[in-house]
Amino acid sequence: MSLTDYLRQNQKAILKDWFHAVVDSYPAETAAFLKKEKDPFANPVGYSILEGLQGVFAQVVEGAEQEKITPFLDRIIRVRAVQDFTPAQAVSFVFSFKEVVRTRLEGDGRLQELAGDLRTLEAAVDQVALMAFNIYMECREKLYELRVEEVKNRTARLLERANAIWESQRKGEGSREES
Amino acid sequence: MAQVPKADELAKVSHRPPETPWTETPVEFRPGTFCYGAKPKNLEVVGLPNPREWNPADEDWKLPDNWKDITLNGMKDRLDKFRSFKLFMDICVRCGACADKCHYYIGSGDPKNMPVLRAELIRSVYRKYFTGSGKIFSKYAGARALTERVLKEWFYYYYQCTECRRCSVFCPYGIDTAEVTMMARELLNELGCGIDWIAGPVANCYMNGNHLGIQPHAFKDMIEFFVDEIEEVTGVRVEPTFNRKGAEVLFITPSGDVFADPGTYTLMGYMMLFHEIGLDYTWSTYASEGGNFGLFTSHEMMKRLNAKMYAEAKRLGVKWILGGECGHMWRVINQYMDTMNGPADFLEVPKSPITGTVFENAKSTKMVHIAEFTADLIRHGKIKLDPSRNDNKIVTFHDSCNTSRAMGIFEEPRYILKHVCNHFYDMPEGTIREKTFCCGSGSGLNTDEYMEMRMRGGLPRANAVRYVHEKHGVNMLACICAIDRAVLPPLMNYWVPGVDVTGLHELVGNALVMTGEKKRTTDLRYEPLPGMEDEEDDDV
Repeated sequence: MSLTDYLRQNQKAILKDWFHAVVDSYPAETAAFLKKEKDPFANPVGYSILEGLQGVFAQVVEGAEQEKITPFLDRIIRVRAVQDFTPAQAVSFVFSFKEVVRTRLEGDGRLQELAGDLRTLEAAVDQVALMAFNIYMECREKLYELRVEEVKNRTARLLERANAIWESQRKGEGSREES
Repeated sequence: MAQVPKADELAKVSHRPPETPWTETPVEFRPGTFCYGAKPKNLEVVGLPNPREWNPADEDWKLPDNWKDITLNGMKDRLDKFRSFKLFMDICVRCGACADKCHYYIGSGDPKNMPVLRAELIRSVYRKYFTGSGKIFSKYAGARALTERVLKEWFYYYYQCTECRRCSVFCPYGIDTAEVTMMARELLNELGCGIDWIAGPVANCYMNGNHLGIQPHAFKDMIEFFVDEIEEVTGVRVEPTFNRKGAEVLFITPSGDVFADPGTYTLMGYMMLFHEIGLDYTWSTYASEGGNFGLFTSHEMMKRLNAKMYAEAKRLGVKWILGGECGHMWRVINQYMDTMNGPADFLEVPKSPITGTVFENAKSTKMVHIAEFTADLIRHGKIKLDPSRNDNKIVTFHDSCNTSRAMGIFEEPRYILKHVCNHFYDMPEGTIREKTFCCGSGSGLNTDEYMEMRMRGGLPRANAVRYVHEKHGVNMLACICAIDRAVLPPLMNYWVPGVDVTGLHELVGNALVMTGEKKRTTDLRYEPLPGMEDEEDDDV
């Protein structure tokens, strides 16, 4: 049996372990809430993480292309990029996948048998981690871009108006105030 | 060779947050998660105490020596004066019904954002100094002493509550956390520890009548600028008047509609509508702001800034007041204005001159919300609308916290939307109407340095928009609040790119068929109307 088959068979349990590992990075009360609340609108953080992990898992196991993984990674990182996490903490959930799989294989006594496959999987996870860094940076850059845009827009109409008056004065036409 | 950590060392990230009790976990002021402190010049203008240069991230907050006495006396004063405050300090049974209802808690995961715990920040101090059990049993009775660390915690978390009141909908006792937050902010302001994004607009409003401090001539000039814009799009020249005595109606809207997109398009919508129905109305260049950041400072400040509305209505001799699309402005008007600065017995019970409808609901305040006014016009068939002009917009509606939870305005905006556009889809139940999720930036927190926190707070709202965006292709988020119009665009940009934001009356303006208008080829944003993509080029 290959590691891929093993992961397919144990998908539910592995996803659960991974989800718990991620959610446990929040304070205990919050972790309990994120696990318990099933309504996606009442619990958008828990839902985003779960949906994201499911997507990343499926794509990694099936060896999908980068573009297919990105939206799922984005679901999780976009949330964690604006929460109280350091950059390392925000993306560390990718690495915890390795730990989750390894622990489960050990528990089932299959670690030796599938060690070769595991190395391949771990290399793939590392690639996903690199993608995660990119997404994290995009999110943070977006935040600062939004700040700049907001400051500009706040007085944009006034400046537009002031410039229009200035232009008309320069051309010697006189401004509306003078006329 | 440099000491480089090994891969397994780097990956060792402590997932668990500190296990210290909440009372002993100090707050960390990290950029992006707190608002800048109030500047001295803004406090001096309105005579607020302790004006000085300070930064919340600094260790020394430059508090007055007797800051503790000021705070405790302030608490005592308010406990005596406001029964609600006293009640909310006493009656919470910590059932937890509110715990997961706060958008800031949902988005941040920080337990101190649970409304029950947010209130506990001040309730614990209340117990220590104002209850027998707290004085004797101290921490065993959930009491703790007031220290600078506690004060900093108040600042951090009471400027992380948007006073949206969603939690109070779920509280079996109806405890209104917004009122607890208001009290805490009043106490902080007694020490000069407010935020500048509130203090600045308050000072500007006090001096010039509006948040940006725009003087009357510039205010008039801006509105006239939009007269030109409206003519450009419709061929019709509307004729607003300013400070005109004897007009029937005084119109007051947030200044954000005058100065910042996309509110400006909503402003154009108002003016087009008033022109088309021939409303006898005037602007006031003094009551040039509907918003009232005094609400986020203290009840005294709210009263001072609100006074201009009735004062201008009296000076101009109007019969009643019509108010534009705003959120917190309506909380002040609907719930406080009448008793603060009323009774406005010099005004008449508002009656639409077009339909004859008497707005009994505004019998006391004499002020009507424009959504009610326009819905009534449509109901009586008094305006001609072509909703197909908005066919490129697939619209959903964000209920603003204050107009929904403080006024119950649910149906009017939806009724209007269904008449001015053909594609309208509500977000899921539980995220709209009285259970609506806040934009995450209300109550004076809509400042740019707070962007990271605002994205957390706005996540539940954005998540519901995302759902209708993916399910129905929604590309336009409509709202009736000026702060929403300012803060939802960045929120959408971060969480749900592809969804734009509009005021309700911008859509009305697009759909409104005006007498004598030219063939309309663009909407109010100069974007081609559906089916007019080629015509626009011909016109130029």
